Amino acid sequence: MSAAPLLSVNDLRVGFATEDGIVQAVDGVSFDLRPGEVLAIVGESGSGKSVTAQTLIGLTRANNARIEGSVALDGKELTSASDAEMRKLRGERVAMIFQDPMTSFNPVYRIGSQIVEAIRTHRPDTSKADGKTRVVELFEAVGIPNAAQRVDDYPHEFSGGMRQRAMIAMALALEPEVLIADEPTTALDVTIQAQILGLLEKLNRERNLATILITHDLGVVAEVADRVLVMYAGKVVEEGTLDEIFYDPQHPYTWGLLGSLTRIDRPRPHRLPQIAGSPPSLLDLPEGCPFRPRCPHEFSKCTEYPALESRGGEASDHRDRCWLSPEQKREKRQVEGQIGLEAPGEVRQA
Amino acid sequence: MARFIVRRLAAMIGVLFAVSVIVFVVFMVLPKQNPAQTLAGKNATPVLVKSIEAEWGFDDSLVVQYGTMMKKIFTGELTSYKPRIPVDNQIKEGIPATFSLTIGAAIIWLFFGLLLGYLSAIRAGGWLDRILTGVSIAGISIPVFLLAPVLLYFLTYKLEIFPNAQYVDFSEDPYEWARHLILPWFTLALLSIGFYSRVLRSNMLDVMNEDYVRTARAKGLSEREVMTRHVLRNSLIPVITLFGLDFGATIAGTAIITEVLFSLDGIGLYAAEAVRKFELPPIMGVALYGAFFVVFVNALVDIAYAYLDPRVRLGESSSE
Repeated sequence: MSAAPLLSVNDLRVGFATEDGIVQAVDGVSFDLRPGEVLAIVGESGSGKSVTAQTLIGLTRANNARIEGSVALDGKELTSASDAEMRKLRGERVAMIFQDPMTSFNPVYRIGSQIVEAIRTHRPDTSKADGKTRVVELFEAVGIPNAAQRVDDYPHEFSGGMRQRAMIAMALALEPEVLIADEPTTALDVTIQAQILGLLEKLNRERNLATILITHDLGVVAEVADRVLVMYAGKVVEEGTLDEIFYDPQHPYTWGLLGSLTRIDRPRPHRLPQIAGSPPSLLDLPEGCPFRPRCPHEFSKCTEYPALESRGGEASDHRDRCWLSPEQKREKRQVEGQIGLEAPGEVRQA
Repeated sequence: MARFIVRRLAAMIGVLFAVSVIVFVVFMVLPKQNPAQTLAGKNATPVLVKSIEAEWGFDDSLVVQYGTMMKKIFTGELTSYKPRIPVDNQIKEGIPATFSLTIGAAIIWLFFGLLLGYLSAIRAGGWLDRILTGVSIAGISIPVFLLAPVLLYFLTYKLEIFPNAQYVDFSEDPYEWARHLILPWFTLALLSIGFYSRVLRSNMLDVMNEDYVRTARAKGLSEREVMTRHVLRNSLIPVITLFGLDFGATIAGTAIITEVLFSLDGIGLYAAEAVRKFELPPIMGVALYGAFFVVFVNALVDIAYAYLDPRVRLGESSSE
């Protein structure tokens, strides 16, 4: 962890003007990413994780978007970079793979030619034949069998897992330094998920690729992440190393996420634990902590939103936004002998 | 491909048969003067009328009359009643004017329709989009029978920029050919320009939200490359289907009004004349000609479609 950060995000805020007011999708997110590190950003739908990721490569730039704060790649500020500069960087230095491999390729072009297009955009003097040779190499690297034939297939001729492998091949085509994977396994079968995660992990190790993994699935996080950022309603509510988040979680929302994991090493629960309620509307956030209405441990202080800071006594990189004392947290996060969020009465009775 | 062609040919025969029967039946049930009476003239004797009926077969049963008519079509003996002119010759003579008009108009409406639609879509919500929307709606709303006289009045009679229509053959004088056709072309194309620009605009706005467009941006393509290679390319697929239907229908019928208004000596004018004189053979001939082109152009569109969208494969029952 001594290496200088490759990507440094500081107090990033992304708001979108809508007819009903400004939606603050990302509200003060900061993190550093070093080469070879895997940072996971977890949270429910609407927590701002995808918007954070897309903002890093300028995909959220729009007339109604307001982007503040700083994103620095190797010291170069990206929020103020021109569209042309961002374009040069996309694919070349920062690559992104998306959730749904079924719809992320254009159905009317051959998969190989779509990857060649990415290569030739950044290296215009690459011939189409050289591009294709490169795609075959990439297909082999990501484990697509019969690579030489499959480059000429259309997307509908690929299975979901193969398409996601092809997506990863495309992301790797120009040997980027940062890979952003936005829910890369969500749309896949469980067995395929494991293969794709294994592949991402292997590439991360072999190529020293700095990786940002966006997911709502803590099971995925447990397999590959080094550090974890838990997001709720546009804000980071807890951040720490993988072990800190899994074995010493500080924020009740994190407990809820961990408690709702199904575990093979525990007796089967009567019903799957869940976090009651749903995320608040970003247009109408509750006063203070936005998780307050769903939190069984809410008390008087929660009408004030705590800062993201280390609360364990000694200074560390494990930070959270919850007013409970460390002792209270250790006590309250235990539900029936394991970490979880005590369900509010109505849910328990159901 | 072979299976596709066979299937299409079979469908075409079916369609043409159905059209011929419908036209025949409709003509027979419509109230009209006995054609033999018309042919015989005002002061004809009943004997003369009878002999004309026998000669033309008007006294045969309907089934026999239909059979005779079909036989004549295949042998090229179908003639109009008065004067007795072979129908297929008339249609052949009308083809240069009709095709010059419809193909020219189709090129114009595709070009301007797609251009305006594209500009509108990439500037959606802006002032250019609003102006183009107004223009398109106006184009869709103005009827041809109003537009043509207005254009003729101002551009031909008042300002004398364009000649009073009439068809000039291309081989005679290409310049005059085009000059005589410009007004009819735009008259016929205007509605479709408006309509196509609307359709393309809304298709493009839909496609812009597709995941693969975001992928294209994430690859680092320029906005223009994203718009042309991905958004426009995919938005054209449904437009091509529409074009097939419209172009077939234009050759088969829509052009009639324009031909009449600009007195272009094409098949449309011939058809209008036949309907006015209430003669079945030319009506039948023109109807079958029209139906043939509708089916034919649609087969071409299906081939183009398979080329444009690789998920569609000709001759297979279905993929996936």
